[in-house]
Amino acid sequence: MEFGPHLLLATLEGAVGAAVLALTALGLSLVFGVMRVVNVAHGEFYMLGAVLAWVVATAVGGHPALGFVAALLIAPVVAAIIAAIADLTVLKRVDYDPEATIVATIGLLYIMQQAALMWYGPEARAVEPPFNHRLAIPWFEWGENGFEMYYPWGLSTTSYKLFVIAAALLILAGFLALMTKTKIGLVMRATQLDRDTATTFGIPVERVYALVFGLGAGLAALAAVLIVPITQAHYLMGHDPLLLSFIVVIISGLGSVRGTLVAALLIGMSDGIISVFFSPTLAKILATLLVALVLVFRPQGLYGKKPA
Amino acid sequence: MLTLEGISTGYGPVQVLYDLSLEARPGEVLCLLGRNGAGKTTTLRAIMGLLPLNSGRISLDGETLSNLPAHEVPKRGIGYVPQGRRLFTEMTVAENIEVGLMTRRKGAETRERVLTMFPRLRERLTQRAETLSGGEQQMLTTARALCLEPSVLLLDEPTEGLQPSMIQLIRETVETLRAEGKAMILVEQRIDAVLSIADRVTFIENGHARETVPVETLRSDRTLLEKYVGV
Ligand SMILES: Nc1ncnc2c1ncn2[C@@H]1O[C@H](COP(=O)(O)OP(=O)(O)O)[C@@H](O)[C@H]1O
Ligand SMILES: [Mg+2]
Repeated sequence: MEFGPHLLLATLEGAVGAAVLALTALGLSLVFGVMRVVNVAHGEFYMLGAVLAWVVATAVGGHPALGFVAALLIAPVVAAIIAAIADLTVLKRVDYDPEATIVATIGLLYIMQQAALMWYGPEARAVEPPFNHRLAIPWFEWGENGFEMYYPWGLSTTSYKLFVIAAALLILAGFLALMTKTKIGLVMRATQLDRDTATTFGIPVERVYALVFGLGAGLAALAAVLIVPITQAHYLMGHDPLLLSFIVVIISGLGSVRGTLVAALLIGMSDGIISVFFSPTLAKILATLLVALVLVFRPQGLYGKKPA
Repeated sequence: MLTLEGISTGYGPVQVLYDLSLEARPGEVLCLLGRNGAGKTTTLRAIMGLLPLNSGRISLDGETLSNLPAHEVPKRGIGYVPQGRRLFTEMTVAENIEVGLMTRRKGAETRERVLTMFPRLRERLTQRAETLSGGEQQMLTTARALCLEPSVLLLDEPTEGLQPSMIQLIRETVETLRAEGKAMILVEQRIDAVLSIADRVTFIENGHARETVPVETLRSDRTLLEKYVGV
């Protein structure tokens, strides 16, 4: 096995994972940053996005691209609305008490999982990708004729995987623009920095919370719609993204967008690369070890601020 | 006119204010005087709707404020300069001002007027609020409140920890706003400042508004000052 081409392949696989993880973890980090709520049900909104993607794509039929685009537009919005309703009917009622919200979102996790099992069933179902060309991976070599490009046998990726990376980058750029360039972003940041002072400037904090909880769930659902043509929708698929998002958020420090992106890249890429060369289990072990090290030596996270 | 009629409130089960009444009139500075922990900050927070009242009523020109949701209170034209400044530290000067402008949907005209009052802020619009000096931060927190074009302004120890030149600037600002006809409630610890700028003074002790007197009374007779603040 040649090392170079395989590393390139592993990096591409890792980048797909990192892209989807960045979106998912950003949702979790946003909710914690603004609302101080640890959303244990975050992975279930990811699952909901994937399941809804299948439901929508199946209902639309026709060319796979039609169903996919419809899923991309509808599934995250429906997930966001369900999350906002959960916020207003449950989290607001317990006054966003940190412990009560953990218990409440654990309850939400089981409700959503069981609801998915009842209505969607235990099967794993795939959504057809809108396009899926096989792309051979090129490599370079010094041969007899000088510098040569060739395609090592058996190594390939797909156009859809490259699309997932590009789409995630686009969504991240849009999210950053929303947070830094728009009024609603300003309102969310003000609420995050000082809830009471935000209130004294006319910001309806509870409505902002419902919006943020919806947006966080929508990001997870969006990530899932992107990945479901590669993986498959299943009612238990929320566990891994939840675990990895928590790992990312702990490593980065809470509420820092830049930190979340860097940590998602780190964890997503190393997960991909270590899984290809060694085993997925080793990747999870190393990530968890990294969390332990961060918690011991830098409890506020790599990008977090020291508590005052 | 802002009126507090017999309000009682506190933090959760801990009652802090007892049957407290006072009024702030247009074109007048009402100073709240009292020892640390007497309840001055709590009074201002109650006006802003941040603390639910156990009893009593707060009203502005006849309209009851105390049954509005807290975020509606500033929209009625009450600007708040909290103790310790409470800027949105990680935001720029421009963004802090923008939050103020959004409260009552004020625009470029208001922004221009506020920045003209504090030209130092105009030079630092893209700077993060936490990197400003103490005096500049106080200018910003005042500017942010003035972006509401408020008819009532609440100032909680605005001169705390500032240099004399800055204290002078704050004082001139308060005088300008009074001349514009704004009603102001000012919490201030330094007696000389109170004597020179207040129109009326309310003494607060253990959460009770004990006495309200015109400032002239205190200039000639210091027994009340000795009784309530020990100077
Ligand atoms: N967040 C809070 N929770 C509980 N008690 C508080 C809180 N803030 C202030 N207090 C109490 O309320 C009383 C009045 O405080 P405050 O209004 O800040 O006084 P002042 O501004 O006059 O110094 C004090 O006894 C203080 O300990
Ligand atoms: Mg105080």
